[in-house]
Amino acid sequence: MKMTTQLLTAALLAGSLQLASAADITGKITLKGTPSPEIPLPLDASCAKERIDKPTTRLYVVDAGGGLADTFIYIKEGLAGKKFPPSTEPVVLDQKGCEYVPYVFGLQAGQKLIVKNSDKVPHNVHPTPQVAGNPESNKMQIPGGPPFDYSFSNPEVFLRFTCNIHGWMFAYGGVVDHPFFAVSGKDGTFKIANVPPGKYVIEAYHRKAGKMTKEVTVVDKGQTADFTLSVPAPPK
Amino acid sequence: MTRSSNNLWLHCFAVFTAAATLVLVGIGGLVTSHEAGMAVPDWPTTYGYNMFLFPPSYWVGGIFYEHTHRLFASLVGLLTTVLAVWLWLRESRSWMRRLGVVAFFTVVLQGVLGGLRVTLFKDQIGIFHATLAQFFLVLVSAMALMTSRWWQAAQGNSQLLLPSKKLGYLLVAAIALVFLQLALGATMRHQHAGLAVPDFPLAHGKIWPSTDPASLDVFNRTRLGVRDHNPITAFQIYLHMAHRIGALLTLLTAGFFAWSVRRQLGAKAAVSRLSLAWLTLIFCQASLGAATVLSKKAADVATAHVVLGALSLVMGALVCVVVFRFAFHRDVARAFVAKSEHLGDRAVSAAKRVPSTG
Ligand SMILES: [Cu+2]
Repeated sequence: MKMTTQLLTAALLAGSLQLASAADITGKITLKGTPSPEIPLPLDASCAKERIDKPTTRLYVVDAGGGLADTFIYIKEGLAGKKFPPSTEPVVLDQKGCEYVPYVFGLQAGQKLIVKNSDKVPHNVHPTPQVAGNPESNKMQIPGGPPFDYSFSNPEVFLRFTCNIHGWMFAYGGVVDHPFFAVSGKDGTFKIANVPPGKYVIEAYHRKAGKMTKEVTVVDKGQTADFTLSVPAPPK
Repeated sequence: MTRSSNNLWLHCFAVFTAAATLVLVGIGGLVTSHEAGMAVPDWPTTYGYNMFLFPPSYWVGGIFYEHTHRLFASLVGLLTTVLAVWLWLRESRSWMRRLGVVAFFTVVLQGVLGGLRVTLFKDQIGIFHATLAQFFLVLVSAMALMTSRWWQAAQGNSQLLLPSKKLGYLLVAAIALVFLQLALGATMRHQHAGLAVPDFPLAHGKIWPSTDPASLDVFNRTRLGVRDHNPITAFQIYLHMAHRIGALLTLLTAGFFAWSVRRQLGAKAAVSRLSLAWLTLIFCQASLGAATVLSKKAADVATAHVVLGALSLVMGALVCVVVFRFAFHRDVARAFVAKSEHLGDRAVSAAKRVPSTG
């Protein structure tokens, strides 16, 4: 009994120490170059009724300061051998106004993903993974129908979701086997929270602006890592 | 029950079935052009409904194309079944009756393949489904030709000028190329990667495109569109380039065939005219191929390219069937005449009555 108490205390102490020294990695993704204008979505009549605006593609979502949204930032190296139980908090992917929202999301392998339909039109939810072991499936979700649950056991960046009824609907999941990831917001900033001390390679990956890695050493206070990605030059 | 090899209504029905099949190939092309093949995830039901009772209010977006394809395919299946039974009951030529049975089993297999492509998530089945469709279309078109009165009359007609056997084989080579082109095209469509090469006549700005990983990465990232196709791979670029080279080879072979036939039989012979028409068709098809690239694979242009491709195969195959079947008949008849003359009997007049088995 005494032994167990001692062990428990040691474990708690270790845990709180780690918690104390864990730090956030924050930063900003900036886009260099001017992307071509976004393309209006060819909404059909039933989808047009769901929108008051005129939606376009979301290939480059950039703010006035050059902040690039929808970039997936995650620890790529430095966590080998460590296991992190997936968060019990599910990630939610909505179908709203005949678009997937959010366009880019992060998900831990094994974490629950809930896909729902907020529209008055049916969608077919069709994840198209390329990594073996992540199952492809295709189900219709009727308006007001119950949400679907998904979980993918293998890392895959990006795992695409599509709807074949509406050929313009796409969402991309960055699936990794740890909880240290983030998606840049409208202003291009991101925060990966509670990273344990260590030396890491983090990658920022935007579907069109490409990827870039950086080495970051976390000791006990916050670290910053800014990335500048560029609009690729057309092929020569 | 009387059997005959000359049944006008049966022939009309066969023509109708062939025409319906061509329309079905077009609708199938629309399904892939709109990337709508997976818009109905279940099969043989449609969203749990019996497909004939699926409410029209749900016929929206991609569902419209996929569901129409399924309904029209059911019609072609029904037509083919009726055709096979009709032939079985009324056709006097046993091989023609058997062709009806082959058509029936092909259409069933084709339907099952279409369903499995959806439920098993296998693009490869889609490739096979598209290629078998071409074979089936040729089969029913040939059946339509062979049930015609013209077919009956023409094979007894010794005035019909036919090209030499050598040219016959050249025609076979040209048809094989057309078929290869269709199979390549089906593979390109069913990989759902969009245009692996987006420019024409150059390829990614070059005579021969780069396929190293860095170039592929740039190709994929600079590809901006409403649709997100599967990423282009080096293999898909090779396929695309093979399709372009194949088009050139097909044009040259069909052109050489048309020219040779004209030289051999004269410009007025039916086969000369047909082969010139065929060459024109193939030329239009090649132009549509270029237009498909230049239009960034617009759904209507790409679908027209599928339909014209199917028509090119059918026309070539029918000319081929005529040439070989009639040449065969003539050879048999000549051999019979020669034999009769050799024996010195007086059956020459009988020999000129060409055997009426065809
Ligand atoms: Cu949808």
